[in-house]
Amino acid sequence: MNDLFRGELVRLTNENIDVLSESEIRWQRDTEFHRLADGDPAELHSEKKIKEWLEKRMSDDNPNRFNFSIRTLADDRLIGFIGLYLPFLHGCDAWVGIGIGERHYWGKGYGTDAMRVILRYAFTELNLHRVSLALHEYNTRAFRSYEKAGFRSEGRVKQDQIREGKRTDTLFMGILRSEWKDAFVEGAL
Amino acid sequence: MFDIHTQLFEGQDISFGPIDYEKDAEIESNWTHDAEFMRLMELKPVRPMSPALVRKQYEKIEKEIEESHSLYYFTIHAKADDRLIGKAVLEWIEWTNGNGWIRLGIGSADDRRKGYGSQALQMLLRFAFAELNLFRVTAMVPAYNEAMISLLKKFSFVEEVRRREAIERDGRFWDLLTFGLLRSEWESQNASAREEKP
Repeated sequence: MNDLFRGELVRLTNENIDVLSESEIRWQRDTEFHRLADGDPAELHSEKKIKEWLEKRMSDDNPNRFNFSIRTLADDRLIGFIGLYLPFLHGCDAWVGIGIGERHYWGKGYGTDAMRVILRYAFTELNLHRVSLALHEYNTRAFRSYEKAGFRSEGRVKQDQIREGKRTDTLFMGILRSEWKDAFVEGAL
Repeated sequence: MFDIHTQLFEGQDISFGPIDYEKDAEIESNWTHDAEFMRLMELKPVRPMSPALVRKQYEKIEKEIEESHSLYYFTIHAKADDRLIGKAVLEWIEWTNGNGWIRLGIGSADDRRKGYGSQALQMLLRFAFAELNLFRVTAMVPAYNEAMISLLKKFSFVEEVRRREAIERDGRFWDLLTFGLLRSEWESQNASAREEKP
């Protein structure tokens, strides 16, 4: 049996809050990262607040959320987070969110690899029918990564965000289990 | 078509009201026992609820209104007898970006196809654009809700996203559609309505 949490470049983990918070405290200062990964306004939070929030995010209390940390295989570095959110437990669809907080690891395939690992988890462990995601149209690096992981464009919500005074679109993408399976069997993933 | 004197919560045949814990819970409990309505109104699984449970849900809604500042919830009443006939919701508002999501439904089949939904949508849009000053609104609709889709199209909503096979009902997968309307589109709609009816 494959190691479900291991890809080519990264593995997915669950970390102690002390380890995670050290990274999150640094990442929250990188507003470029925030504006690529998130839609809400950038904020700064205390270490105490971040720890409380991480405690919630990483716990297994909430059956609708499956959150992981991303560690590199080569140097065992904690570089980001990835997670699935199921709006309804018995639903067939989940949302995936990902962020590579360590910017030196951007554009090198780490995110794409983590996405492949979590898709395998979504389709072979959670047995979902599809996975959805949304991204800012200006996040072109993410768009290419998601395409490589097998996602297809499903539309755009026009001008729903403002960044630096300009209206921008939110793009939506999705991948069906059948599409993932075809690609997986052919070895494309 | 509208000005500052035009009442926000009064339509031609309907009005918007707040939640009435006493009167509404009984009626809404009946709606939750109607799987057809619930599948049109909600994406979550259908589940019958007693009036007591409905009241509890009202408390949750009012708590969220107070705490999130991103939810507006109106009950829809038929003016003729002030009867509760549906609800109209504006939710997930992002104030910094000026967007929000809308949802509405007419509870009883007898009250549908009478133009109430159309009037409710018109009032909800006016509230969103002229009172909250939003830049755009979005509606998420499963592909099987044909009545809602044609209503949205009547108000010039544009299909923007089609999440393929995102919901399973009766052993079949349905697309989840997202429709959008910008304030500018809504305004030009009202301007042309004004020209038609001088």
